[in-house]
Amino acid sequence: MSRQSKRGVKKVSSIIFCTLVYLFLFLPIIVIVVNSFNATTSKPYLSWKGFTFDWYMKLFDNTALLSSFGNTILIAICSTLLATCIGTIAAVGMYKYKFKGKSAIDGLLYIPVVIPEIVLGISLLTLFTNTHIPRGVLTLVLAHTTFSIPYVIFNVRARLSGYDNSIEEASMDLGANRIKTFFNITLPVLAPGIGGGALLAFTLSIDDVIISYFTNGQTKTYPLKVMESIKSGVAPDVNALSTLILLGTVVLVILTQSGIFTKNKQ
Amino acid sequence: MSKHKMKSQTIPALTMVGPVTLWLAFFVAIPLLYVLVMSFCSLDSHYNVQFQFTLDNYRRLFDANYVQIYLQSLLIAFLTTLICIVIAYPFSFIIARTLSKKKAILYMLVIIPFWTNSLIRIYGWRTFLGTNGWLNNTLQTLHLTGAPIEFLFNRGTTVLGMVYCLFPFMVLPLYTAIEKLDTNLLEASSDLGARGKTTFLKVILPLTASGIFSGSIMVFIPCLGFFFVSDILGGGNADVIGNLIERQFQSGNNWPLGAALSIILIALTLLLVKLYQKCGGDMDSLGV
Repeated sequence: MSRQSKRGVKKVSSIIFCTLVYLFLFLPIIVIVVNSFNATTSKPYLSWKGFTFDWYMKLFDNTALLSSFGNTILIAICSTLLATCIGTIAAVGMYKYKFKGKSAIDGLLYIPVVIPEIVLGISLLTLFTNTHIPRGVLTLVLAHTTFSIPYVIFNVRARLSGYDNSIEEASMDLGANRIKTFFNITLPVLAPGIGGGALLAFTLSIDDVIISYFTNGQTKTYPLKVMESIKSGVAPDVNALSTLILLGTVVLVILTQSGIFTKNKQ
Repeated sequence: MSKHKMKSQTIPALTMVGPVTLWLAFFVAIPLLYVLVMSFCSLDSHYNVQFQFTLDNYRRLFDANYVQIYLQSLLIAFLTTLICIVIAYPFSFIIARTLSKKKAILYMLVIIPFWTNSLIRIYGWRTFLGTNGWLNNTLQTLHLTGAPIEFLFNRGTTVLGMVYCLFPFMVLPLYTAIEKLDTNLLEASSDLGARGKTTFLKVILPLTASGIFSGSIMVFIPCLGFFFVSDILGGGNADVIGNLIERQFQSGNNWPLGAALSIILIALTLLLVKLYQKCGGDMDSLGV
């Protein structure tokens, strides 16, 4: 076999291989999208009964489903804000100052990242029951903030590794105080790391199943609503909402990514 | 350092690191310590946790049924990790070596499916593989099978679901490691007469081993706890340690036993992380 045709075979086989992998990744998504247009009305909503837009219309009548989605967004926004503030300040503090117990804090940070989520879930459940904090939106926000903080810190820390301390000194020499320097000098430099961390925290919060499952009480988030509906067969309106969420995120990310990419390239 | 400077640093350091320390202490350290304490507690007649020391929970961990599930759980995690490496390695290699413009798109295409809730995607697999699902309907229309085949509710489909959920966690570190690979080294290797296979084993594999290690940690450990995957696709025939814990905290209502089971999971995690660090793994590459 000539060298060129050998390379051709290699190229074709790698294209086939990648296509199969992508097919594997997207297959359930295709199932979700197709089923959101399924005209079936009987449980478990599996057999195909023709094409309809009905479920998208009916979605707006399903207040339980919509309010669970509202909860998800509310919890994601609150926990992302909290985790981003605490995490950013902590990352800068841990980078700038040396103090006793730093390695202990570092060690604690890795726990929520490496430990199976179920362990964090049940330990928070026991905490909330023992301290008599009623489980609901508040406990969900606290739990989501807990698993998000490390990711924010890691992202900001990665940005800090190339950080030049002398620009802060210059700012203070020119008469700015610590707080002014932090907001005018430190924050803008760290912005991409903070943004990346916040985006990750938001995504993790929206999709979280396991930790929410143990800390929710009567409050339902969208993933927990899905979990509940799985027992009786996922209704097409749940599929319709998932399709809309996916569409929304794709558009959102394309918009923000194209913005970030152009900024980074300068 | 002068005493004055030391003092002037204490207050800003405290205000910056204080909140995170308190948060982690209250929401991570104390609850985990409490789980440890609870694992030695007993239950009263109303299923309430009673602070009376006992080793009963740990004794029950050696119940043959439980041991069988630990082994099954480890097997599922091992197979999942292995399959993820075998598929993700060549896959990451191809996308990391693609020419610039297409690369970003190919990479994004791996992430996009994960913006849909993981439960509903796992349920999508159930819809696809079920006895009156898409696959069986297709096979029957093509007359490849008469009666529908039961693909679901076994270890195989559970592994499939785990691979599906955790695949990107293998791709991300591998992609990063392969992208860092210096092409000059590969050329040098072939200039010095090494064949493709030798270059792969002696140059490429050692340089990307860190990606395989961190990917394996990020796939193997969550596998032990993902109870919803084995619930939906395993149907009770392929439980993992996570299922045992979940049952004790929900329907079983035996929190001390659930706590003892969690301690096993924590011990396993620590062991694997120590092993990972021994192999030269960097903790920061686990944070994605």
